Amino acid sequence: MNIIETSHMSYDYIKYDEEGNAAGRTRAIRDVSLSVKPGQFIAILGHNGSGKSTLAKHINALLVPTEGTVVVDGKNTSDAANVWDVRQCAGMVFQNPDNQIIGQVVEEDVGFGPENMGVPTEEIWQRVEESLKAVGMYAYRKYSPNKLSGGQKQRVSIAGVLAMHPKCIVLDEPTAMLDPNGRKDVIRAARALNQVEGITILLITHYMEEVIYADTVLVMDGGEVVMQGTPREIFSQVERLKELRLDVPQVTLLAYELKKSGLPLPDGILTADELAAELKKVGPAR
Amino acid sequence: MIREITLGQYYQTQSVLHGLDSRVKLVGTLTYILSLFVVNNFLGYLLAAVFLAICILLSHVPFRYMIKGMKAVLFLMLFAATLNLFLTPGEAVVRIWKLQITDAGIAMAAKMAIRLTLLIIGSSLMTLTTTPNHLTDGLESLLGPFKKWKVPVHEVAMMMSIALRFIPILLEETDKIMKAQIARGADFDSGNLLQKAKAMVPLLVPLFVAAFRRANDLALAMEARCYRGGEGRTKMKPLVYHTNDYLAYAVLAIYLTVLIVAGRILQL
Amino acid sequence: MALQLEHVSYIYGADTTLSVRALDDICLTIPDGQFIGLIGHTGSGKSTLVQHLNGLIAPTAGVVSYNGRNIWEKGYPRKELRSQVGLVFQYPEHQLFEVDVFSDVCFGPKNLGLPEAEVHARAQRALELVGISEEYYKQSPFELSGGQKRRVAIAGVLAMQPKILVLDEPTAGLDPRGRDEILGQIALLKKETRISVVLVSHSMEDVANYVERIVVMNQGRILYDDAPAAVFSHVKELEEVGLAAPQVTYILHRLAQEGFDVDGRATTITEARDTILRAVRKKQV
Repeated sequence: MNIIETSHMSYDYIKYDEEGNAAGRTRAIRDVSLSVKPGQFIAILGHNGSGKSTLAKHINALLVPTEGTVVVDGKNTSDAANVWDVRQCAGMVFQNPDNQIIGQVVEEDVGFGPENMGVPTEEIWQRVEESLKAVGMYAYRKYSPNKLSGGQKQRVSIAGVLAMHPKCIVLDEPTAMLDPNGRKDVIRAARALNQVEGITILLITHYMEEVIYADTVLVMDGGEVVMQGTPREIFSQVERLKELRLDVPQVTLLAYELKKSGLPLPDGILTADELAAELKKVGPAR
Repeated sequence: MIREITLGQYYQTQSVLHGLDSRVKLVGTLTYILSLFVVNNFLGYLLAAVFLAICILLSHVPFRYMIKGMKAVLFLMLFAATLNLFLTPGEAVVRIWKLQITDAGIAMAAKMAIRLTLLIIGSSLMTLTTTPNHLTDGLESLLGPFKKWKVPVHEVAMMMSIALRFIPILLEETDKIMKAQIARGADFDSGNLLQKAKAMVPLLVPLFVAAFRRANDLALAMEARCYRGGEGRTKMKPLVYHTNDYLAYAVLAIYLTVLIVAGRILQL
Repeated sequence: MALQLEHVSYIYGADTTLSVRALDDICLTIPDGQFIGLIGHTGSGKSTLVQHLNGLIAPTAGVVSYNGRNIWEKGYPRKELRSQVGLVFQYPEHQLFEVDVFSDVCFGPKNLGLPEAEVHARAQRALELVGISEEYYKQSPFELSGGQKRRVAIAGVLAMQPKILVLDEPTAGLDPRGRDEILGQIALLKKETRISVVLVSHSMEDVANYVERIVVMNQGRILYDDAPAAVFSHVKELEEVGLAAPQVTYILHRLAQEGFDVDGRATTITEARDTILRAVRKKQV
């Protein structure tokens, strides 16, 4: 069974005038059909306003589709009775590290989700310990969140979601406000959860280096999924990505430029090692 | 500059007082404050002062740290004492122009000063030894019975605890916006009151916008983590009374009894 | 005509037990018309340094001077200095407050006490420089997109017509499109107005593509102050202090290891392409 299944889903933002009447509609998502298998690592690309954050909020039942359906772990999110099950099953980490930590002490924040779910006290402590260890923040459990760096705060947020024992975690641009070191730590934590615990990950980002490990990459534009494939398939289409004004990893871009200058290189080179190997093949050829 | 106010900010250390249940400390502080208003003689004040001194010793909070925060309220204390000094009727001791200082006035001013000092140190001792979230937990638990009358006790406690978490963040934000506007030539210091108030607009508008944005984000994050009010919630750190807490209640009762008895004896 | 820092140190909370030395003996000169990149990871002291440039904080020790005059001597017109050294903070769109875009940009020049006609002329020029067209002038700044908001905020500082423009992480939190727009606009601005620009960043790629000089900060000190190629040749040392050279540098190092005769000093894609082509062709001959 697929963990996430959306079929022909669309979503309209409705603008209200001062009297509270609907004054205008903006379609943020158009006819998106997706299926995600348990344990997959999915990356979603797209610039601001492409609808990727709106899509993410649907997975957690923070929004429900205007048309079509979203089914998470066999439960239809449009059914109000399923809301809490869906939110427990699909956790969410947001962009701003300061605006999603509720507790004044790290461990208390991680305990917030399980408290809401009514987990017995002793088990909360156990879950908090496990979760903090999984993201490498156990040593900071007694700290005030205000004393942590951005990357550390985001890892605490991931632990907070993890303590709810979700099957899937949606990360909505978790690294956009971080420096390079913080970014690396957060992505490393997310990958570890995917590989070690088998948790399904949906990562929304616009940093291409973070995408190359994904099983599947989705590119969104104007509320639609416009490209879908493995990272190599996606990054083979440099021209198309440039049209969408998205970045391409520097190695891929360099290989693309070299190819344009006449070197016989394949499309979609993703690492420096690959480039070196391909260039070696080129060398003695002529 | 705002960060220099240390009055009642939690002081991290290990002590008997730090280890007490926050409910005990809340009840204790309330009792102590009431006792200061019940007592009206110097022997009583002496007893209250001794009791407080013992508590301070037990708290392991350096006395200097406590006093540092007092500067801000010193003005208030002097003002109250001066008012009492001049305005209490009685036998005049000193006359200055139309004002007179009476013997009753001196006694009253002294009592007022002592009372205020003990009150401020006493209540700041609670916040110095209790983290804000323990405090809100304690408050929620103590006010629990009011839930029967539909008082939103859990919600109020949650709001308090969120406010406490966001105060340092908003202070930092204020500092940043202020500097940014100064960099654009804004002037927050000179001019008359009206001009000063007008100069605050470029600071307050962005601050409110930021606060609302944060509130909106936070609400979303809480919902995403299954928050739906106090019902059905369990506690990670439930409040449980230990031996020390019962002992503390006993000590409190003894203190109160001694104080009242001492007062009676003096009246006889 | 230059901004000069001589042996500047700054200590946070100097009178408490928790004092932190944020800057340690900084010597730095910002001449006219230079494009400088200031790099350092979070906590390296770069934000503190930036606030010294326009007199928002006073150094604990050392001298900051503008055009040869100490900016902290008695009676120095620091308000005027702030119009000469424009500082754009991180997430500058968070300081927007006026009812419409145009009035917000007018705030700076108005504070300088200029006549209204001059204020309007400057605001218009500044908005043109950041590529905000007239149709947006009467819109509320809060209704614009993230990239647009940021450009309006930058215009708010530009309208004071500074000689030196300092931008603290101007691309933080933007998507690739917004980032390219901002950086392109800044490069254009630099070309059109010949002002000095100091670009604070932790993205090596951003900096490598635009600046002519790079200052690297670490633990409150200046680690390197040199041309980009020279700075990025210290790949190992940069990594030791938690920074990374541009991706391109790594690729070229990797290729050099594999026996390609490439020039490791290239920092942009174009430079890298050229040196690889040369190396490959040499091998082919």
